[in-house]
Amino acid sequence: MILNNLKPTKEKINTFLPLGSIFVIFAFLDVLTNTFLNLNITGFLPQTLSYFFPLLLGYIGFYLIRIDFSGISFLDKLNKNINSSNFNAFLTLLILFIIIKAILPLMNWLILEANFAGSSKDDCNGNGACWVFIKVWFNRLMYGLYPDVEQWRVNSAFILLFALVGIAFFVPQKIKKYFILFLLFVYPFIGIKLLSGGSFGLVYVETAAWGGLSLTFIISAFAILFCFPIGVFLALGRRSSLPAIRYVSIGFIELWRGVPLITVLFMAAVMFPMFLPDGTFVDKLIRVLIAITLFEAAYMAEVVRGGLQALPKGQYEAAKSLGMGYWRMNALIILPQALKLVIPGIANTLLALVKDTPLIFVVGLMELAGMIGLAKTNPKWLGMAMEGYVFAGLVFWIICYAMSRYSQNLEKKLSTER
Amino acid sequence: MNLKKFNIENKKIRNLIPQVLTVLALLSVIIYFATNAQINMGNRGISFGFGFLSQEASFDIAFSLIEFDGSYSYGRAFLVGLLNTILVSIIGIFLATILGVIVGVSRLSNNYLIAKTAEWYVEIFRNIPLILQIFFWYFAALRALPSPENAINLYDVSYLTIKGWYIPKFVWINFDIFCYSLILAFISIYFLNRYAKKQREENGKILPTFTLSLGILISIPLLSFLLLGVSLSLNYPELKQLSETSYTYENGVSIIPELIALALALSMYTATFIAENVRAGVMGVGKGQKEAAASIGLNKGQILKLVVMPQALRIIIPPTTNQYLNLTKNSSLAAAIAYPDMVLVFAKTALMQTGRAIEIISITMLTYLTLSISISILMNWYNKKMAIKEK
Repeated sequence: MILNNLKPTKEKINTFLPLGSIFVIFAFLDVLTNTFLNLNITGFLPQTLSYFFPLLLGYIGFYLIRIDFSGISFLDKLNKNINSSNFNAFLTLLILFIIIKAILPLMNWLILEANFAGSSKDDCNGNGACWVFIKVWFNRLMYGLYPDVEQWRVNSAFILLFALVGIAFFVPQKIKKYFILFLLFVYPFIGIKLLSGGSFGLVYVETAAWGGLSLTFIISAFAILFCFPIGVFLALGRRSSLPAIRYVSIGFIELWRGVPLITVLFMAAVMFPMFLPDGTFVDKLIRVLIAITLFEAAYMAEVVRGGLQALPKGQYEAAKSLGMGYWRMNALIILPQALKLVIPGIANTLLALVKDTPLIFVVGLMELAGMIGLAKTNPKWLGMAMEGYVFAGLVFWIICYAMSRYSQNLEKKLSTER
Repeated sequence: MNLKKFNIENKKIRNLIPQVLTVLALLSVIIYFATNAQINMGNRGISFGFGFLSQEASFDIAFSLIEFDGSYSYGRAFLVGLLNTILVSIIGIFLATILGVIVGVSRLSNNYLIAKTAEWYVEIFRNIPLILQIFFWYFAALRALPSPENAINLYDVSYLTIKGWYIPKFVWINFDIFCYSLILAFISIYFLNRYAKKQREENGKILPTFTLSLGILISIPLLSFLLLGVSLSLNYPELKQLSETSYTYENGVSIIPELIALALALSMYTATFIAENVRAGVMGVGKGQKEAAASIGLNKGQILKLVVMPQALRIIIPPTTNQYLNLTKNSSLAAAIAYPDMVLVFAKTALMQTGRAIEIISITMLTYLTLSISISILMNWYNKKMAIKEK
């Protein structure tokens, strides 16, 4: 009987709703004053109890306001979304309290007590993050050891690339083809010449000096450019009816997919030179590029194979019945459809490629993460690891998150089309 | 007639030519590399061979599951590295599975806050390169821990310090008997489940399998403690002063920060992928299945256990095994923070000392390859077994 009376129902909404709200508000008030004003309302309670007191209060409050079909749309929405059962109410409170407790120290460290102005470590008070570190090292983090006066070359190479890609989206269909061909086959040489120099009045910059975030982009761009065609050929090879080609493709794909990238990079750095005639020297960056390209090509091949397998057999038969040969059939009928099916998979592989680029530090090339490793061991800037890695994490997160969102959108767009 | 024959032969030849060309190209590349390697090694005065594996390694390894010091061989060093790789992989897989399942289920929660929190967890940790996460934990987060004398005291049994996490050491007597009892328990659980399944399918009786299994799992090892002389005691870590300012903990087991950082980063990163698999699996079971199960009178627990889980697992397990494999391969990033795994011990330290690049890199890659291929064979077998048998 008593229990029945305690059950919140619509009839007694006028008692339960205010009572429950008071409990909930008090619980949050307690936590808020506790964190922001350093004032402990429940200080009179024993310490262990005081810790759980707001949780208990909020829990009771949430129980009291859990009224089905109350007729108040806000309350119904609240109950449905965060307060549908005792367990949910508990989790909701826990998460909200953790967020409230964590947000102040986090904001303090990131912004409120952080130091932005200055030019040396002494300008930081040590209470918050020392963003001066990032500011001072920013050029190095972006361009590596590339000489300061020559950095416009890196900038212009990237601006040219983005401009070309941007224009390629808008030019009329007729010229587009030539535009893309230019991008794929002519631009890379322009870009490399611009970066490395050595002629046309540009000072030569050795690849060992390349680094920072721009190196991440350079490696990603080249690896993407080359791994895609290789991957397509491997996928076709794996589906070939000719046993020798099929087994070679399978062996190649499984070999790369079975080993970690780090061992592949080691191989490129220490084992590969042994395989070349004595005295030949292949630039380290090129060796690394080849290694990453082949590695990602194997993954790309598996993605493309998925698309090839998903195509109905009728497409092959129709193409053959039109008298098309193997290459024409694949180029005109099969691949356009298969690749469209696996665009999200391709985007994911490219995402993995970008996330893998920091690994090149194992062979001594330094992109963003590597440069931070270098900067934090600088005697003048010791103890800046947290700032450095948070910054690098944020940069990579923005790049990768944007890519993954783009691929998800693409996936959605493509799935509604069918 | 003649023409037809010619056509067939023509086709045969047309098929043969690209294959022969491929094989020839491959062979010539291999021969080219091999001769170059031979010349290069000859110039440096080393010959190809695996004899170096039995030579004395003369370097130390910071963390090892088996006994090791400089007087042991390179082969033993390889084994130490392999065991360390396996150790961190197992810890990572265990944590990633738990975290991944929790996050995956949370993403499906009808609680808006929980679902959003889980979603952001996935979005954040999936989109930051793993190596950066490892660096973050190792160079930033774990370096902020106190020194041994001010250690974070966890219930007086374990201590968290900048030098590592000191936990009590398990001292077993008759550990082998305990292991046998565990194996016995697992075997009896297997037979119990088989019997229960038979009962369910033939007589429609449902045995409380879970409770019984749990009972067996607890009681048989417990019996080994009571009757067979197995005993376990704990050696708690104790603070000891080495010199004026230097302290350390003794008697316990020290889990080095490299291992903690690596295991944390690996499991938090992989958990995001497992969470997505779990979500896809549970969502992949059609609503009609649950409704059908409810309509024949199964209760909620039974629906979950008998209808939803078997179907969801079929979707979840193959990509999740793939993630386990990825985790194992990613554990090679240990080399970046000096956790002595196979890559660091063998492909870096041993290689630098012996200069035998070809042999060492081949062994390392072959080990990973063996691991990958054996798991994919296992996976294919499992997929075949689990595939829906259409009648």
